[in-house]
Amino acid sequence: MNMQNPEGYTTADGRQIGGVLMEMKNITLRFGGVNAITGITFDIREGEIRAIIGPNGAGKSSMLNVISGFYVPQEGEVWFRGAKRPPMKPYQVANQGIARTFQNIALFEGMSVLDNIMTGRLTQMKTGLLAQAIWWGRAQAEEIAHREKVEKVIDFLEIQHIRKTPVGRLPYGLKKRVELARALAAEPKLLLLDEPMAGMNVEEKEDMSRFILDVNDEFGTTIALIEHDMGVVMDLSDRVVVMDYGKKIGDGTPDEVRNNQAVIDAYLGVSHD
Amino acid sequence: MNVTEAPSGLVSIPALLARNVVVHGNKAAYREKEFGIWQSWTWAEAAEEILAMAMGFLALGLERGDYVAIIGRNRPQLYWSMVAAQMCGAIPVPLYQDAVAEEMAYVLDHCGSRFVVCNDQEQVDKILEIEGKVPHIEQVVYLDKRGMRKYDHSRMNAMADVIAEGRAGHHRFDTELAKRIAELTYDSTCVMLYTSGTTGKPKGVVLSNRNIIETSKNSSEFDHLRAGDEVLAYLPMAWVGDFIFSIGQAMWTGFCVNCPESPATMMTDLREIGPTYFFAPPRVFETQLTNVMIRMEDAGRFKKWLFDRYMAVARRVGPDILDGNPVSGSDKFAYWLGNILVYGPLKNTLGFSRVRVGYTAGEAIGPEIFSFYRSLGINLKQLYGQTEASVFITQQPDGQVRADTVGVPSPGVEVKIADNGEVFYRSPGTFVKYYKNADSTASTKDAEGWVATGDAGFFEDGTGHLRIIDRAKDVGKMADGSLFAPKYVENKLKFYPAILEAVVFGADRAFCTTFINIDLNAVGNWAERNNIAYSSYQELSQHPRVLEMIRGHVGEVNQSVAADPMLSGCQVHRFLILHKELDADDGEMTRTRKVRRRVIEEKFADLIDALYAGKSEIYTETEVTYEDGRKGAIKATLTLADAAVAPAQKVAAE
Repeated sequence: MNMQNPEGYTTADGRQIGGVLMEMKNITLRFGGVNAITGITFDIREGEIRAIIGPNGAGKSSMLNVISGFYVPQEGEVWFRGAKRPPMKPYQVANQGIARTFQNIALFEGMSVLDNIMTGRLTQMKTGLLAQAIWWGRAQAEEIAHREKVEKVIDFLEIQHIRKTPVGRLPYGLKKRVELARALAAEPKLLLLDEPMAGMNVEEKEDMSRFILDVNDEFGTTIALIEHDMGVVMDLSDRVVVMDYGKKIGDGTPDEVRNNQAVIDAYLGVSHD
Repeated sequence: MNVTEAPSGLVSIPALLARNVVVHGNKAAYREKEFGIWQSWTWAEAAEEILAMAMGFLALGLERGDYVAIIGRNRPQLYWSMVAAQMCGAIPVPLYQDAVAEEMAYVLDHCGSRFVVCNDQEQVDKILEIEGKVPHIEQVVYLDKRGMRKYDHSRMNAMADVIAEGRAGHHRFDTELAKRIAELTYDSTCVMLYTSGTTGKPKGVVLSNRNIIETSKNSSEFDHLRAGDEVLAYLPMAWVGDFIFSIGQAMWTGFCVNCPESPATMMTDLREIGPTYFFAPPRVFETQLTNVMIRMEDAGRFKKWLFDRYMAVARRVGPDILDGNPVSGSDKFAYWLGNILVYGPLKNTLGFSRVRVGYTAGEAIGPEIFSFYRSLGINLKQLYGQTEASVFITQQPDGQVRADTVGVPSPGVEVKIADNGEVFYRSPGTFVKYYKNADSTASTKDAEGWVATGDAGFFEDGTGHLRIIDRAKDVGKMADGSLFAPKYVENKLKFYPAILEAVVFGADRAFCTTFINIDLNAVGNWAERNNIAYSSYQELSQHPRVLEMIRGHVGEVNQSVAADPMLSGCQVHRFLILHKELDADDGEMTRTRKVRRRVIEEKFADLIDALYAGKSEIYTETEVTYEDGRKGAIKATLTLADAAVAPAQKVAAE
């Protein structure tokens, strides 16, 4: 498999992966004197499932926040769809077609599942506040069109039964699914998942894995995810970036990463004499 | 049996469909909630889809006499696929979608189906898993495209593509399809349904067009069903009842079949549709009632008062009003007021505002639950039936509804009681045969067409209503020769929330005794409210106050058993509360939670002996199997108690 091929590559299960969608060049992120990320370079290709793994405190979430535009790195460049990305506000990044879920669920607890997912369409609504408030003319037509998109997502993630339930009353596993639904509602090019399986039981993990694969398969969405469950990561992802202490220590297919000595050391620990 | 002819050429389901297009063309035939909206198809639209689907099947090579397995939840397209298969001269075989792959393999192998229609990836995966065991499967058609992109499609098609192909090629298939539809007769097979198979392997029950159409016609007339009625199709498609309601009666009367969005949304969808004709097993009614009661416990004081007051009125006069019996003017007014304040809103919440005819069957329903719904003005009735009868054997006519009978023979059905009490029937709905099982057919259905139900029962004097008392093989005689029907008494005991299971003994004995399993939820709750401390199931079960409560329940049951002249001998004289729950892991119950009498009798022989020996206490050790297969023993000292026995009302004529 030739990773450097600009035209992409074919995965083990026969999926065609396209060219580079996003490229991180020499990213360094500092908080005061602490280097959270040091000189990391990697790319995410169109249509692939890309995992970022590493021990606690390795800088994975910081990396995801750089991709999502929440943190602006002190050094390095972020290239998205062939263009260098200037520092942006998160909403501008969202408008570019990047959506995400959060490690600690960030939903509106008092709102229904449906309303929460509708907020995922917000960036694409064109009519003004007043028109929407009186729900007339174009605003009405627009809402119906958006609702249809949202209903497709609800159907896809099989959460019809909780459509009208306030999010606060849902169990954890379902909240995670609602968060994924909201991200999907934005019809992203790139979907960022921050520990989508954290705190789930085996069955919930299986469901979530199924949904992630289906999203990738059905909509062709590129997915970058952070995950601690190694079994899940190795099964789901096409390529894996391994971080430790803010540095990249490995990059490649799950098999390559599994056999990488630096990675094994980072996870199992080495004796420092 | 007199052989009837099909009314005016309506010899098959496709023929009924064609008639519905003419008569009810623009009325809604099917609805399904999808993407949050009820999508609907008129009879004309549905027929167009079904024809295209049938031509698509022809394009795939479906032959006359093929069996088409259908697996999935209730969806219009799956119902259509059954009719489309019939059009091609094939026989639909709906399967239980929650069956594990091995059970499916048995059935698919037994019927030798070449075509399988699946709802989604989950079902397709099961079929692929068992492909090696059932090599004759040639074509898999699936409805939901999700996740299917990567599958090998050389012998697999999406339903949308099958329909599209049928539509595109209709010039090629028109003649052939018309020919095959014309070949269908009143006696060609309409559907094959597999019995659930609690004993032994599932059996394929072959039902002809005559069975289905005659039964649908008779039962629709019995309950005055008509076009414009609404049903909610949510029970398994493999179950004969769903086939009769959602295909037979729907096609006969032209009413509308509504499919829920997903199994989990059934209650919401029920409320939105507000069916006029509704069927549910007792469990569904029980759950709904419990939910209502729990919510009322949390309601404000005024609402609670209002609810209690008017429910009392409803219990007193509701059933009479529903049956059209005379009640006083003030009661009528109170009920009318109650309807505005309580019953109406409650029925609306439950989704029963429009129910004209409601049925329950399958197992005994608690009299309180039954009368709760009837007192609200919901016409809930009972029926008795089985797959081999195309459902209907007996049913309750409007105005003659009671909790303890299953009604009078359905129109066209003859019922007789054999000397040993077993119920036999014959009817136009009586099945043709068990597929590839001549022995079973012969042992179930005799030359004159009488079918043994395996249930024991009797006709009540005066009303002519049938009462089912037990499985025929469990019914015995007591030492004094009176009838012993354990399940009859057990069901009465189990209607108390505190009692989870009861096992009654008494065959060839002087009196009856029983084991009781308490319901940990209900009794635990009760203990909490009454400040009774306990540390284990075992301790709670032997608590003196629990024993007192159960003694009271048993006494009440004895009272009601005594009122029945034929079964008064079955009163429970002594009982004990078991120190462990009866469990399938220990072999004491089947996986479907039916008590295994013989096993329990052997395993707890010491306890039974002690009950009959008149002891007041016994020490016992019982082997238990944990969920992971390890074994252990529990030791307990059980209290044996006497129960109050009511004086029997002797049968006047011996």
